[in-house]
Order: sequence, then C-alpha cells, then structure tokens
Amino acid sequence: MPISGDAREVLDQEMLRIRARLLELGAALDRVERAGPQAVDDPRWEQIRESLETLASERTARTERIQLLFSLPYDPQWQERFSSAL
Amino acid sequence: MNYIDPHIHMVSRTTDDYETLARMGCVAVSEPAFWAGYDRRTVEGFRDYFFQLTEFESKRAAGYGIQHFTWLCMNAKEAENVSLSREVMSIIPDYLDKPGVLGIGEIGLNKNTRNEMTVFQEHVELALKTNEQILIHTPHLEDKYQGTRMILDVLCADSRIERSRVLVDHVEEHTIRPVLEAGFWAGMTLYPVTKCTPDRAVDMIEVYGPERLMVNSAGDWGPSKPTAVPDFILAMRRRGHAEEVIRTVVYDNPLKFFGQSRHFNFHPRSVRA
Repeated sequence: MPISGDAREVLDQEMLRIRARLLELGAALDRVERAGPQAVDDPRWEQIRESLETLASERTARTERIQLLFSLPYDPQWQERFSSAL
Repeated sequence: MNYIDPHIHMVSRTTDDYETLARMGCVAVSEPAFWAGYDRRTVEGFRDYFFQLTEFESKRAAGYGIQHFTWLCMNAKEAENVSLSREVMSIIPDYLDKPGVLGIGEIGLNKNTRNEMTVFQEHVELALKTNEQILIHTPHLEDKYQGTRMILDVLCADSRIERSRVLVDHVEEHTIRPVLEAGFWAGMTLYPVTKCTPDRAVDMIEVYGPERLMVNSAGDWGPSKPTAVPDFILAMRRRGHAEEVIRTVVYDNPLKFFGQSRHFNFHPRSVRA
C-alpha cells in the first residue's frame, strides 16, 4: 500500500520526532553509563550496540532486524527435543 | 468512525472505560480468556470467570451500546499446570453455546515450554472437535519469535485446520510475514511499551496491506490503553490513508473474521432498535 507523500515530505513529517527519540535514546544510554561501568559486561549492552549499528545501516527492514536481535533463536528441531524430554 | 476492538480484557477495566470507548466510536468488543495476574487454584475459579465473561460483561457493555463477544480457554501462562488445564478444558463445552461466544482463545504459548505446548495442542483438538474458531496468543518480547514459529509449525502441519478461521495475535515486524503468508489472520496489539505502537502498526499496513489484519488494544490490568484503536485511526489519517482503508482494518475485517463464528450475532449500530 503506498505511503502518502515522497521521501522528502515524509522526512519533513518525521524529522522532529526522530530527533527527539535519538535524544531520549542518548540520554538513556548516558544515564546507564553514569551509574557505573558494569553495563559494558552485560549482554544486553551488546544487543543495544548491535541495534544502533542496524539503525545506522543502509538496508531496509531495520525494525524487523532489531526485533530479531532481541529474540531467542528458533529451533526447528523443537518437537524432537520435547519428545526426548518425556 | 465506528470501530470494533477485537481483543480487549474488559473484566480488568472499569465501567467508565466502557463509556469512554462508546464515546470514541466503539460498537463491539471481543474478549479472550486470559491470565488474571495470579494463578487460579481450582476449576471452580474458571467456572466463575467463564460466567463473568459470558453473562456479566455483555450486560455491562450493553449499557453503553457496545456488543460484547468472548473466547474461552485456559490461558498460556496457567497452562504450565497441565492437570488443571485439562479440568478447565473439560468444562469449556458447557459454555460454547452461550450467546456471544466466538471460539477457543486466547490459547498459545508464554515461555514456549513443553507443558504449554501440550495444552495448546489439546485446545486445538477441542476447537476442531467442536468446530470453533481459534484465537492465538503469541509470547512476549524475546520469546515471541521462537513461540510464533512453534505455533505455526503445529498449525501448518494439521490439514484439518481452516486457516481463515484462525487469528494469530500480537504479531510484530518479525512475526507478521510468516503468519500472513501461511494464510492466517493476524492481530497487532497496540501497547505503550512492549508490543506495537500505532505508527508501527500503520507501517505494517503499508508494507503488507490491510487484508487479514486487525488492530487491538488488548487493554487489561497492566500498562495498556483501551482507546488505542482510535489512536491507530488518527495515525492512519495523519499519514493520509483513505477512510475506507481505515474502516477495513478497524471494522470490516473483524466483522469478516468473527462472522465465521456461529454465535456472532452482530447488530450494526445503524439498524439497532
């Protein structure tokens, strides 16, 4: 289904919200770091770092790729695993 | 615009919320059975809950001109207790012919455990045996992708299942595609933090089109907004989408899906006495 407006118009509409959210994100990350260095060793910090790289990438489907970064992997053998646990 | 909220837990909401929904254009709600925030200890607790869903809520909703429909099951979280779940499933047929009961739901997975899967599959068998529609809960956060794929594995392997009579709910960007491609209906839940925002729901409509897609508030006892569907309507309008497309998602699609249930006796507002 088509988006209403061209890319420039959509960017005009979204720019202030993107800016506000980036500032919120930056502030939240600063807040965590101000509380101490421990977060660097937390695996969630790596998820955040990878998410930021995904945001900065040129490919589309950034949201889907970030969702997968925060997801447990799917095991196609789950039925065998459940059966063997019986 | 008149709209239907296809997934909202009104037992957890106040009567004032019914009034607000009515003011916003809500003409009908569908309420799946779910976790109350604590684990119930006996099957009698579920009898009381099913009475509330099938008798009391419809009267409370009617006071504001809203039609109330419901779904019955043992929810995925309490399904970890398999013996109690089987007791609960044994009483569900007692309620399936009550007015407004649309089917079995919301069944599914929570933490993707073997017990949850056992109870999910037994619910599916019950729905097939009683020819009921199915409403499916997919897990939260990091468990969603894995759980959704497991649910689809089960459903797609069973040739008895009519996919057009199954709604897979709480889809997000990483789960919507396999659900729609397999031929199921998909629901997007609009939550303040943990699921989908109105703007992201509009994005998914733009990417996948409005066919077999619905949006809901899943308003319950936790952080949630019962008027989230009107927020989605506003987001669609702000982005220039036509009224007929919006109406397809928030009104026509729920009517089409629910209309496959034998107890969906819906009266459009325009023809109500």
